[in-house]
Amino acid sequence: MTTLTALCAFGVVGILVLILGYISFQGISSLSFQFLIETPKPVGEGGGIGNAILGSLILLGLASLVGIPLGIAIGTYLAELGSGLFGTTVRFVADSMIGIPSIVFGVFVYALVVLQQGYFSTLAGSIALALIMIPIVTRTTEEIVKLVPKSMREGALALGAPEWRVTWDIVLPAAKTGIATGAMLAVARVLGETAPLLFTSFGSRFYNIYLDEPMASMPVQIYNYAISPFEEWHAKAWAATLVLIGMILVINIIVRYTTRKGY
Amino acid sequence: MDNRLIDQQLDTLRDKVLLLGGKAESAVQRAMTALTTRDSILAQDVLEDDKIINQMELEIDRMSVEIIALHQPAAHDLRLVISVAKITPVLERLADHAGNIAEAVLIINDEPELRQFSEMTIMSENAVEMLRTALDAFIAEDAASARQIIKQDDVIDKSYKKVFSELIGMIINDPTTTTSAAQLLFVAKHLERIGDYVKDVCELTVYLAEASIIKHSRTE
Amino acid sequence: MSKISVSNLDFYYGKAQALYDITLEIPENQVIAFIGPSGCGKSTFLRTLNRMNDTIPNTRVLGEVLIDGRDINESSTDVVALRRKVGMVFQKSNPFPKSIFDNVAYGIQINRIHNGKTDLNERVEKALTDAALWDEVKDRLQTSAFGLSGGQQQRLCIARALAVQPEVILMDEPASALDPMATQKIEELVVELKRKYTIVIVTHNMQQAARVSDKTAFFMLGKLVEFNPTEKMFTNPDEKLTEDYITGRFG
Repeated sequence: MTTLTALCAFGVVGILVLILGYISFQGISSLSFQFLIETPKPVGEGGGIGNAILGSLILLGLASLVGIPLGIAIGTYLAELGSGLFGTTVRFVADSMIGIPSIVFGVFVYALVVLQQGYFSTLAGSIALALIMIPIVTRTTEEIVKLVPKSMREGALALGAPEWRVTWDIVLPAAKTGIATGAMLAVARVLGETAPLLFTSFGSRFYNIYLDEPMASMPVQIYNYAISPFEEWHAKAWAATLVLIGMILVINIIVRYTTRKGY
Repeated sequence: MDNRLIDQQLDTLRDKVLLLGGKAESAVQRAMTALTTRDSILAQDVLEDDKIINQMELEIDRMSVEIIALHQPAAHDLRLVISVAKITPVLERLADHAGNIAEAVLIINDEPELRQFSEMTIMSENAVEMLRTALDAFIAEDAASARQIIKQDDVIDKSYKKVFSELIGMIINDPTTTTSAAQLLFVAKHLERIGDYVKDVCELTVYLAEASIIKHSRTE
Repeated sequence: MSKISVSNLDFYYGKAQALYDITLEIPENQVIAFIGPSGCGKSTFLRTLNRMNDTIPNTRVLGEVLIDGRDINESSTDVVALRRKVGMVFQKSNPFPKSIFDNVAYGIQINRIHNGKTDLNERVEKALTDAALWDEVKDRLQTSAFGLSGGQQQRLCIARALAVQPEVILMDEPASALDPMATQKIEELVVELKRKYTIVIVTHNMQQAARVSDKTAFFMLGKLVEFNPTEKMFTNPDEKLTEDYITGRFG
């Protein structure tokens, strides 16, 4: 039995190694400092993913700024006060949203924001990503907050702390690692989302930081490189994929480090 | 309901006290018989038995301490162990007095016989009867009975005073009887002390049954 | 006037009645022990005294619970202030995931009892001293509370409760999770604390009740069977039921 499970473990890890290895192999040759800085250029002139990296970070940053706190707030509400009909409804909606294909969010925000404004924008892209993140953060937060032992809350209540203080001072800090993991899950999920961005931030060949203009992003750029007929661009797609995986890895490490259990 | 760990210990303790009481009672009875029938051999027996009684006292003491240490008795159980621990030395000293009577008998039997003292006989019969009833009351935890017996202690004290003056009178009239009469005075004193100890047994019975401590109180 | 005066208290969890017509007076600066078999209601009753049962949905309290003459169940009662005045120590120690210092300081800070940092430090030190823990932790105040042993954690929880200057301390089986040495320390602490506080302690250990309390209340099936000076309870209780419980005739 042990050997069987060990074999399975090796199998899974092996597949992972295979994927990473293949990607690295394919993409490593196109990787260079230029590649990371330059914007896309016509075939044959080189070019890179610099604006896409920045774009992804900006889109992600904005989406997280809105999505994570909102998700934590809703999740905490559900854990502490969500036993009634309203709470059940919210929970149901969140669960359903997790299952919706991300392209639906893209189309939704396209109709609601892009069409109204008349242009593709960073804002629209962030909104779409945030909508994907919120239910994930909500549900994981709720589960983690529920795990904080009742005894800890009672200890604070018995000292004369009002309920909101108990939640803010005691429950949330106790749950912070779990909440961070949930947030990280959400971030990792949306970092690789292509479909919603196609309809909202659209993509761009230029460096850009304005909310009301289209924004490049890693997945979209990879998509563009990959579906092109050019061998050179295919190689760039591999390289970009490698970079994307690298970004996710770095975010993972940062989050894990900063939220390592203090107590 | 009565199958706690401590119950077996308490039952054994009660048995041992009952046995000790019986032996003390028998010692008094036989010592007085040895006196009235001038039976020196019986008197010797009483003295021999005292050793066994002392052993029993030690055994009960040890057991009482053990129960308290190991079982932390409370309420009635506690009162039982405490009253047993207090009754045991009383019974042992009571038996000692019976032994003292036996020693007096040995001396008296070397002297010419004196006339019988009916008062002494009454006194000893009362004492033995009181002791027996007191021990029964203790085992039955009958406080009412115990209180009754305490009232009878007066009877023994009155008998003692009578015997005392009779014996003094005898010594004055016939100085040759002094040795025997003096010993008889001692015997009477021992009987009076035995009566006092019986009162102690009764006070402890009341404590066991009702948790009230009545010793040193004037009314009873 | 008694510190705590309870009259005809009934308590319900939903439809199920857990306490029946409880009436008793708790005098100031004494240790009162609540004993009784599991499920007899002693913990439930304890928790009505600082309204901790409010955290359980669907509970109902009928009757009067007066603390210093005022009914704590009136709608105008400030529950937060009540819980400052009537502190609680729980069965399993429950320190916060913070440093030792922050654990003790928490109650002080949220209730704004202190004037400035020096005062806060002094108050924390005093609370830890009163809980007989200062010497053991004075050199590691900033380390995690979870680094302490079980007995130390429990004393930390006591220090935490003392820091907000309560008048009554409720203890729900405070030593049941501790080894004999740690238990003894807690018991000594309880006897010492009663000089300044009124203490109510729930315990399933009868000898503990006998050792530390001045008066003992025996509960069974939600009713108060007997409430007497401890010495009387253990040498000559009034009720046969009490005697049977104390002598171990039923659990």
